[in-house]
Amino acid sequence: MAQVGYSKKVMEHFMNPQNVGVIENPDGYGKVGNPVCGDLMEIFIRVKNDIITDIKFRTFGCGSAIATSSMVTELAKGKHVDEALKITRADVAQELDGLPPQKMHCSNLAADALHEAIKDYRNKNKKK
Amino acid sequence: MKRIYLDHASSMPVDLRVLSFALPFLATNHGNPSSLHAAGVDAKQAVEDARKKVSELIHAENENTILFTGGATEANNLAIRGTALRNSVSGKSVVASTIEHVSVLNPMKELQKQGFTFTTIPVDSTGVVSLDDLRKFVKKDTIVTSIMYANNEIGTIEPIQQISKIVHEQGMYLHVDAVAAAGRIPLDVQRDSIDLLTLSSNDLYGPPGAGALYVKPGVKLQSIMPGGGQERGLRSGTENVFAIAGMGEAARLAKEEMIQESKRLTAIRNSLISQIIQIKNAYLTGHPTQRLPHHASFRFSYIEGESILLNMDMYNIQIATGSACSSKTLEPSHVLLAIGLKHEEAHGSMVITLGRSNTIDDVPQITKAVSETVHRLRMMSPLAKEGR
Repeated sequence: MAQVGYSKKVMEHFMNPQNVGVIENPDGYGKVGNPVCGDLMEIFIRVKNDIITDIKFRTFGCGSAIATSSMVTELAKGKHVDEALKITRADVAQELDGLPPQKMHCSNLAADALHEAIKDYRNKNKKK
Repeated sequence: MKRIYLDHASSMPVDLRVLSFALPFLATNHGNPSSLHAAGVDAKQAVEDARKKVSELIHAENENTILFTGGATEANNLAIRGTALRNSVSGKSVVASTIEHVSVLNPMKELQKQGFTFTTIPVDSTGVVSLDDLRKFVKKDTIVTSIMYANNEIGTIEPIQQISKIVHEQGMYLHVDAVAAAGRIPLDVQRDSIDLLTLSSNDLYGPPGAGALYVKPGVKLQSIMPGGGQERGLRSGTENVFAIAGMGEAARLAKEEMIQESKRLTAIRNSLISQIIQIKNAYLTGHPTQRLPHHASFRFSYIEGESILLNMDMYNIQIATGSACSSKTLEPSHVLLAIGLKHEEAHGSMVITLGRSNTIDDVPQITKAVSETVHRLRMMSPLAKEGR
């Protein structure tokens, strides 16, 4: 049977998103998307000894944009940055029990935002 | 939590009086109007009675001006393709406003592929069609100009009488999509000199699966779907007697109850609008006064419409949005872009269309839910100041 609408898990994360907010002076910051397209996400990470100890997000976008943001922060929290870099868009979608096909590309940018944040953290550390 | 349904532009409940009137034609008193036996004659009579009732709703010359179709999309297709193809010796140009329904715009795009010229007429920021452009672009070779009576997404009522005058100065036929307006404001095809007019059964609290096209006497059009030759040879296919009889009864009730009901809905609408636009960076879309009585549409900066829809659903309140994310094409509503909104503004739209189940007592619950929804989504949005 074809899935109708969003999965229960997507709605759970939409209704009760985890790790919403901002980290002041983050160790890494990533931003992807564009308000013109309807999705914009930013992720802030706090890193100690290459472990992501805190992570926050803010998202402008549809239900799946918010749910994937919430899910990616849950997946990345407590992980080594090398491990977190391996989290893919597909992993996020799978953890949410799938996304409607038209949402797979446009509203599944959360993993990209996380990768940007980790790259930012690495760039900052190189300079030190 | 009580369900508050505010998306009547998408789907309407069937009036129970309509249902009990029409149900026998589906179950006990069924028949094919083309059959000569008693059952067929009864079915034929039901269709003809409905034709009369629908013709009276729009003050048509007589009942024979009404053709029943399978719905409004089909009626729009028949009006546009039927007249354009039938009269192509007289000209090969078609015209529509930029805010027409896709069931008007897409048939015209199809005609364009077949060698017709298709011109769109812009609207101003409130959604009113530019009369200057209409005057400029409707020419002698314009077979059909399609302008809606009122828009379903922003509620704006078009100045159809003026439009009709301009169209008929040079052009041939004026087609009016009256799906959103019918049953909400009085329509008069003779006063407005309308040549073709589209109606939908469900938008009058009738059963889905029926629509109607008014065709002024003398207007020449051809069938777009060859078959058994029902509906004067213009719309083949066995009549959906149940839906047609229901549409007739719905039209009769609409004519009787419209003025009073529209007055009631206007009060609810005004209350909603005055409170919702108090929210910071919330704006009304469409015309502030020339708008349908049951229609309130907004946009909110920094948030996205599908999220608004889902969040309102958590309060058991159903609204609509013109956001890209909720559409099949992943493009924001062409109507919102046509009134000059930027993409990021069009993404944050919310459309409320009221109906009989809504009461003035619902207003506090609705406005509270809207206000909390907007606040919650802005707290999450990188574009808003609230989250900082």
